[in-house]
Amino acid sequence: MRFFERSTLRSPWLLGPLGILVVLLVWSLISLSGVVDPLFLPSPLAVWRAAGEQVQAGILVADAIASIRRVFLGFALSAALALPLGIAMGSNPLICRLLEPLLGLIRYMPAPAFIPLLIIYFGLGELPKVLLIFIGTFFFNTLMIMDAVKFVPQELLETALTLGGRGLPILTRVVAPYIAPQAIDAYRINMASAWNLVIVAELVAANEGLGKRISLAQRFLRTDEIFVGLIVIGLIGLLIDLGFRAVLRRSCRWAS
Amino acid sequence: MHLSVNGVSKSFGDGRQAKLVLDDISFSIKSGEFVALVGSSGSGKSTVMRLIAGLERPSAGVIALDGKSVHGPGSDRGMVFQKYSLYPWMTAAQNVAFGMSLQGLPRALVRERTAYFLEVVGLQDAARRLPKELSGGMQQRVAIARALAADPKVVLLDEPFGALDLQIRESMQEFLYQLWQRSGLTALLITHDLEEALLLAQRVHIMAPRPGRIVRTVEADLDRSNLAHLRVSPPFLELREELVTTLRNLDAAAS
Ligand SMILES: Nc1ncnc2c1ncn2[C@@H]1O[C@H](COP(=O)(O)OP(=O)(O)O)[C@@H](O)[C@H]1O
Ligand SMILES: [Mg+2]
Repeated sequence: MRFFERSTLRSPWLLGPLGILVVLLVWSLISLSGVVDPLFLPSPLAVWRAAGEQVQAGILVADAIASIRRVFLGFALSAALALPLGIAMGSNPLICRLLEPLLGLIRYMPAPAFIPLLIIYFGLGELPKVLLIFIGTFFFNTLMIMDAVKFVPQELLETALTLGGRGLPILTRVVAPYIAPQAIDAYRINMASAWNLVIVAELVAANEGLGKRISLAQRFLRTDEIFVGLIVIGLIGLLIDLGFRAVLRRSCRWAS
Repeated sequence: MHLSVNGVSKSFGDGRQAKLVLDDISFSIKSGEFVALVGSSGSGKSTVMRLIAGLERPSAGVIALDGKSVHGPGSDRGMVFQKYSLYPWMTAAQNVAFGMSLQGLPRALVRERTAYFLEVVGLQDAARRLPKELSGGMQQRVAIARALAADPKVVLLDEPFGALDLQIRESMQEFLYQLWQRSGLTALLITHDLEEALLLAQRVHIMAPRPGRIVRTVEADLDRSNLAHLRVSPPFLELREELVTTLRNLDAAAS
């Protein structure tokens, strides 16, 4: 107990890697002991080799790029439209009353349930996948930004009015910067759903992508390749998450 | 410049739940005057301020600036709130510049006036600091500089030093008084601190609560050449004592 408290205080950043290391160790031990059929649980080494093969064949990078592109396009569209709509809803009670029930309703419709409809409308290309990510994140992004706008201190808005400010400039120069940290954090959180959805979309229908590779691997019982896919998806997600945190730290020094 | 508040009443809510907060308030301020409104908390001081600023509308009566009746907020009436009104993502200089930039002044002029007003409040060295890196007193000086830089005809100060420690409050009172003397600004100060009002303002209106109304007006004709001396001088203490009694009786009668 004592030991942990002191060492966490001295180097808390060590704990994260430590947790991962422990899981790797347990995983290796189980594989080595041979209790579980390698078909179900490939060893870390086997997974590493499978990753190497995929990298060499150029598949892994192409798959990752395909998935990242879809996530990026769908999420950029969602984030870019959610910002003005969320600000409009948060600052104008009429717009809020008009749209909040609608958005609140759609938000509870599971995005994957839209896949059949999107395929009927747009076929099997990129567009339905990008739109799925849009549908799955837009309503959450908008409502979270709306909530942030409702908590902008009255004094800041009223000060701007007494300084000669009016409507739109107050939204762009007071409201938008004030909610920037919360908006970035909303994006960071909803980015996780975007990753869920791109994989779901690719499992259903795609030529390439990390999700597609997983479903192919399943067909050939290549659990090692499934593990590669899962780990790579996790790592990319983690990197994006860290990226958002870095942006937040650098651009919103005032908020920390 | 002439600001007149004429027969102004204000109720919040409507129908049966309507609550009369201000009842028939009248007073006026001329160019270069320093006027204070004093009253216990809840007597409607802030509401008077918000009506003049145009952030609320009177239920009855008229507020006029230079003969034109006030409809909505505008940069001719600057406002300093008690606290939390600096933009936390802007440096001190950016805060001071904000009004001018909202009004579309040329950049060079904004920069020049920002530097000038930071110096007026003695914060030229803090120009690039964020509000959270400034003490409470410094923050309020930035807020005052920001209000002045937008070139208002009258500055409305709503308990500007109410959140500060006693010692800082006293030095800020000195600061505000000297600023008023030097720059010839027109100020309406709201405070629940009778000493502060008497110390700074030439005219003090005393408000009573439920409903808020002006019950007494005092012309505080005092020698202000040295505020520290004034604070403890017999005529000042006498006047203060008398008014404190008045306020106390009013509160007792109201509750
Ligand atoms: N927007 C409002 N809605 C309802 N009541 C209000 C509102 N603003 C102020 N009041 C009421 O008016 C009275 C006076 O408030 P205020 O002007 O803030 O007094 P003071 O600044 O003297 O403390 C209080 O009883 C307060 O509850
Ligand atoms: Mg008040």
